Amino acid sequence: MAVSVQQSKGSKKERSRPVAAVFIIIGGLISLVLLIGLSISYGAADIDLATVWTAVFQFNPDATAHQIIQELRLPRVLGAALVGICFAVSGALMQGMTRNPLADSGLLGLNAGAAFVLAICFAFFPGLPYMYQILYSFLGAALGAGLVYGVGAVAKGGLTPMRLILAGAAVSALLTALSEGIAIYYRIGQDLAFWYAGGLSGTKWEHLQIMTPWIAVALIGALLLSKSITMLSFGEEVAIGLGQRTGVTKFFGAIIILILAGAAVSVVGAVGFVGLIIPHVTRFLVGSDYRWIIPCSAILGALLVVVADFAARMVNPPYETPIGALIAFIGVPFFLYLARKGGREL
Amino acid sequence: MPVLTVDDIEVGYANNTIIDGLSVTIPEKKITTILGPNGCGKSTLLKSVARVLKIERGAVLLDGQSMKKLPTKEIAKKMAILPQSAEAPSGLTIFDLVSYGRFPHQRGFGSLKKEDLQAIHWAIDVTGLSELKERPIEALSGGQRQRVWIAMALAQDTEILILDEPTTYLDMAHQLDILLLLKKLNEEEGKTIVMVLHDLNHASRFSHYMIAMKDGAIVTEGAPETVMTCGNLQQVFNIQATLAACPFSQNPICLSYQLTKETECLQQTAAHS
Repeated sequence: MAVSVQQSKGSKKERSRPVAAVFIIIGGLISLVLLIGLSISYGAADIDLATVWTAVFQFNPDATAHQIIQELRLPRVLGAALVGICFAVSGALMQGMTRNPLADSGLLGLNAGAAFVLAICFAFFPGLPYMYQILYSFLGAALGAGLVYGVGAVAKGGLTPMRLILAGAAVSALLTALSEGIAIYYRIGQDLAFWYAGGLSGTKWEHLQIMTPWIAVALIGALLLSKSITMLSFGEEVAIGLGQRTGVTKFFGAIIILILAGAAVSVVGAVGFVGLIIPHVTRFLVGSDYRWIIPCSAILGALLVVVADFAARMVNPPYETPIGALIAFIGVPFFLYLARKGGREL
Repeated sequence: MPVLTVDDIEVGYANNTIIDGLSVTIPEKKITTILGPNGCGKSTLLKSVARVLKIERGAVLLDGQSMKKLPTKEIAKKMAILPQSAEAPSGLTIFDLVSYGRFPHQRGFGSLKKEDLQAIHWAIDVTGLSELKERPIEALSGGQRQRVWIAMALAQDTEILILDEPTTYLDMAHQLDILLLLKKLNEEEGKTIVMVLHDLNHASRFSHYMIAMKDGAIVTEGAPETVMTCGNLQQVFNIQATLAACPFSQNPICLSYQLTKETECLQQTAAHS
């Protein structure tokens, strides 16, 4: 190391945009809290923000407004935020690990797999506690992913992004058809209907209590892996050359993805595109370092789903517009845009 | 003790064995070039040394120890690898990418310490990227990007540098530029450099040691004068070469060549006479 170091000049400029990332994390959290407040206050019965505040922090079980908030609206909006975090972070991890810009738990069959196994649960084990449902949901996500990679790998020429997407579409269509078949045959259509459309109206405290620890552990894991994910996004050979145990990274990465996607599907159903859109937007804003992409994706994902859920209730009241349809409304054009670009930039 | 030894290895993809029973010793603090026709197994050899491919039999020894038994991070402190088609995602600056070269020296989440910063700045300086270090990678030319990857490998601060076709896809001036940089790193920093090159003349001009491969085996190895002969080139590439001496290194270079196999070998030593 013969050359002397000029540490002082411009050592901030030479790195990619952590300032933007910090701004997104802080600004995003503030917006998220405000949006959650707004989302709670508007609905079939409008409740003013002051009441929202007291309902959350000085709960009075005798007040109807407080009960609506505590029993219906608060768990629902928190569920929306968690689901957004899950889908967005799982999408970011998938895109980084596979260097596939079109990776998303919806497009690669994880969501359909989880929904399929949950349909089986509803049909054969009605009344299965949510604590177990979520485990089956993880299993289903693994099944979906396994089928998609299996189908994709059989084809000659390896797993190109487009081939995986095609395999994902085929496997998703099959699993969705099977789920619907099960729903019709066992007359559980009512239970399942909200899922294919995607909906958060059934979210209860019980769900949040069970899913939150899973999600928390998965998120911590994702942050611990984030540096390794960035290295994998340079290519596996580079990561190996730098001394990364890529097998370990991929193994834990895959488990985290399955937990996040499975947990989200178990609450909201097979909602796609959050995991596709958010990581791309985040990457555009904060650059390619997954140490920033993962936390920023989490916050932006939560914002997107909270807004979408809010919109789902406000578009055509008192009816709910399916949240899956709303997100697909922006997700599909975005997908077409990425597919057209060929996803070169990852 | 030799720094890097390949001991009777067998490697392949799936059921297709590419290399069977290859042994070679890489000389320390020298530039070694592996050459051979397409599909001869040179990249396979490099990838087995780089532990990207699993070795079925035999071992690669680093400082006398089997690499299988060494933690991969320890190997990465001694040996840096530049893959053939390294492609950085957009949105990273040169500094960002080069800083990942410090990964084997870091623990935990990886905040950069003083010696890390020192190594990064040195790597950026020595590769001539100081002026550009705030630029995003996607704004660089092909030759500059290749320099960034080399800088990342240098930031790793290893004795050994392995490069798979570092000059491919670059124009003539940039090819030379990269090779001169590697020569400088070898001479001034004492790096052991192993690379695959397609250009015979570059290989001869810049190498101390050459390894010629065909069909997964080594045909000949040694100093450029012993490897770059008409007979060897005939055997390895099926070409009829006309040789001359390089005016810069005095090593043999291939003036021109044809595919006919019968004609006599015309060795020109014009520059010598």
